[in-house]
Amino acid sequence: MQTPFDKKTYLYWYELMMLMRRFEEKAGQLYGMQKIRGFCHLYIGQEAVAAGIMSATKDTDNMITAYRDHGLAIAKGISADACMAELYGKATGCTKGKGGSMHFFSKEKRFFGGHGIVGAQIGLGAGIAFAEQYQGTDNATICMFGDGAARQGMLHEAFNMAVLWKLPVIFICENNGYAMGTSVERTSKVLDIYRLADAYDMPGDSVDGMSCEEVHKGIERAVRRAREGGGPTFLEIKTYRYRGHSMSDPAKYRSKEELEEYKEKDPITNVLKTIMDNNFATQEEIDAINEKVRVEVEASVKFAEESPYPDDSELYKDIYMDENYPFIVD
Amino acid sequence: MRTIALRQALREAMEEEMRRDPSVFLMGEEVAQYNGAYKVSQGMLDEFGPKRVIDTPISELGFAAIGVGAAMNNTRPIIEFMTWNFAELAIDQVVNHAAKMVSMTGGQFSSPMVFRGPNGSAGQLAAQHSQAFENWYANVPGLKVISTCDPYDAKGLLKSAIRDNDPVVFMESESLYGDLGEVPEEEYLIPIGKAAVKRVGTDVTIVSYNKMMKVAMGVADELAKENISAEVIDLRTIRPLDWHTIVESVKKTNRLVIVEEQWPFGSVGSEIAYRIQKEAFDYLDAPVRRITTADANMHYAPNLVAAYLPNVERTLKLVKEVLYMNK
Repeated sequence: MQTPFDKKTYLYWYELMMLMRRFEEKAGQLYGMQKIRGFCHLYIGQEAVAAGIMSATKDTDNMITAYRDHGLAIAKGISADACMAELYGKATGCTKGKGGSMHFFSKEKRFFGGHGIVGAQIGLGAGIAFAEQYQGTDNATICMFGDGAARQGMLHEAFNMAVLWKLPVIFICENNGYAMGTSVERTSKVLDIYRLADAYDMPGDSVDGMSCEEVHKGIERAVRRAREGGGPTFLEIKTYRYRGHSMSDPAKYRSKEELEEYKEKDPITNVLKTIMDNNFATQEEIDAINEKVRVEVEASVKFAEESPYPDDSELYKDIYMDENYPFIVD
Repeated sequence: MRTIALRQALREAMEEEMRRDPSVFLMGEEVAQYNGAYKVSQGMLDEFGPKRVIDTPISELGFAAIGVGAAMNNTRPIIEFMTWNFAELAIDQVVNHAAKMVSMTGGQFSSPMVFRGPNGSAGQLAAQHSQAFENWYANVPGLKVISTCDPYDAKGLLKSAIRDNDPVVFMESESLYGDLGEVPEEEYLIPIGKAAVKRVGTDVTIVSYNKMMKVAMGVADELAKENISAEVIDLRTIRPLDWHTIVESVKKTNRLVIVEEQWPFGSVGSEIAYRIQKEAFDYLDAPVRRITTADANMHYAPNLVAAYLPNVERTLKLVKEVLYMNK
């Protein structure tokens, strides 16, 4: 198979997706061992979305998403160490043990979280983009949400204003088929979610989220439009999560056959096949990447295990920027 | 000193801060071309242009979110709600987002912004347009809450709110926008979290805020006719609450009455009563009392409005009970 993408891009996609997957597999395992608590939503199956976005954007572009944020945070450049430590609630985590699984953030990497109120980050993403436009940059903002969030009122208010003001934002619905346990078909008569953009005169498109290539192409077009002052784009990226909604969800609302069908289209398998077909890497080189990822994930667990919890005195820190705020303590 | 209306004092605060800091902008319904639903932002579009004075569609949740997102990304939005009643649609953004940003990001992101607009009743506007929400927002860690009544305080506090690095809920009053007060030409700031003794007295302390300050001052006038000296404290900031000023006053007067436009359950006065019984128990010569709105929704009929809101007559009666003068 011939490909317009180069060897470097494929190897980047492969390594990044392997890191996301192995990290999440480990997180799932550690959750079962009760090392990780709270809610925990895994990204396994959706890796091509993150990989395609990353190869089509630059470091100064912003990203915001919902609570299924581990994979995207890793993609945006937060270290596996900082991510794993955060899952453990440790002081060395990417939000100092204050956010946990649902609230990964990095100002340095322009990763704006990690949000737990379904759909509310759609408006925040528009606001982040508003600030870029206000400050006259050409940075684009990638604003992600799930198919469940597409049914929130916020989507409509944010879409409307984003188009009205030509905000440099790319709205992405990662449609993995289920809002927790409720299939897309049970939430609306509008099953092609990208068509919601039509109501606001926003360009909208459907993208195959199991393909890094297709995600990259869709994002590249949308980002170009945003940088050139053309305003927002809405991409519905069709993907699939292999695991339940969260670690407490056995996913009994869908069939084994459906899951197997998607696993046939696994993005990592596909990318690996293209790499091998095009002789982009030898088996030894692939083995070396796999080993590097394995070591990185193992090291993150060790780092998290050995890190301290936040000091008790952190309770009243990071509530206000104001360091002299007089809290009521009794 | 010159005398200006409250709406002009608020406008001057915003204008001065926007001249000082290009990252400050004003966004809300009718703030630009219409010159403000209550003319608070009159003329601001002309000076600052549409980039910084921004009309929105009627989408409170949406534009509040755009404000929070913009505040995360190096700007200082002023989000105007036409009334705090409409801000109920946006409370998710104020409480779940603006108030949580520093915490859940481990201090990496913040939302330095002001949510402002009129709060409370304003004549016969019936149930959906007559609510006062100070206590709701004051319950939330991560927010600061200001509720002012006169032009001098409003200007100085709004300027401080805009410069503050945390999200500030700033509550005005529709029925006070035309009220006049002395405001100096030169720049000044009033610190957030400081109450003001608006009338010095010795026999009883009356605490209030926003337009109920008029009732408090009216009661003090009536008491003076009977040679009773009331000390009146304007909270100005609700969160953080300046209870030290109240304690100092109660140590002198030994009596405390709170007058507030607030439903009684868990009102600002409830918190004050707890604090004062704890910090000044030995100084109290009578139970702390409060007068709130009725524990009901505000109806339209004029007599029912009058029965709903605290007034001078009923507050005076309550103060006299605290002074053991009604027996």
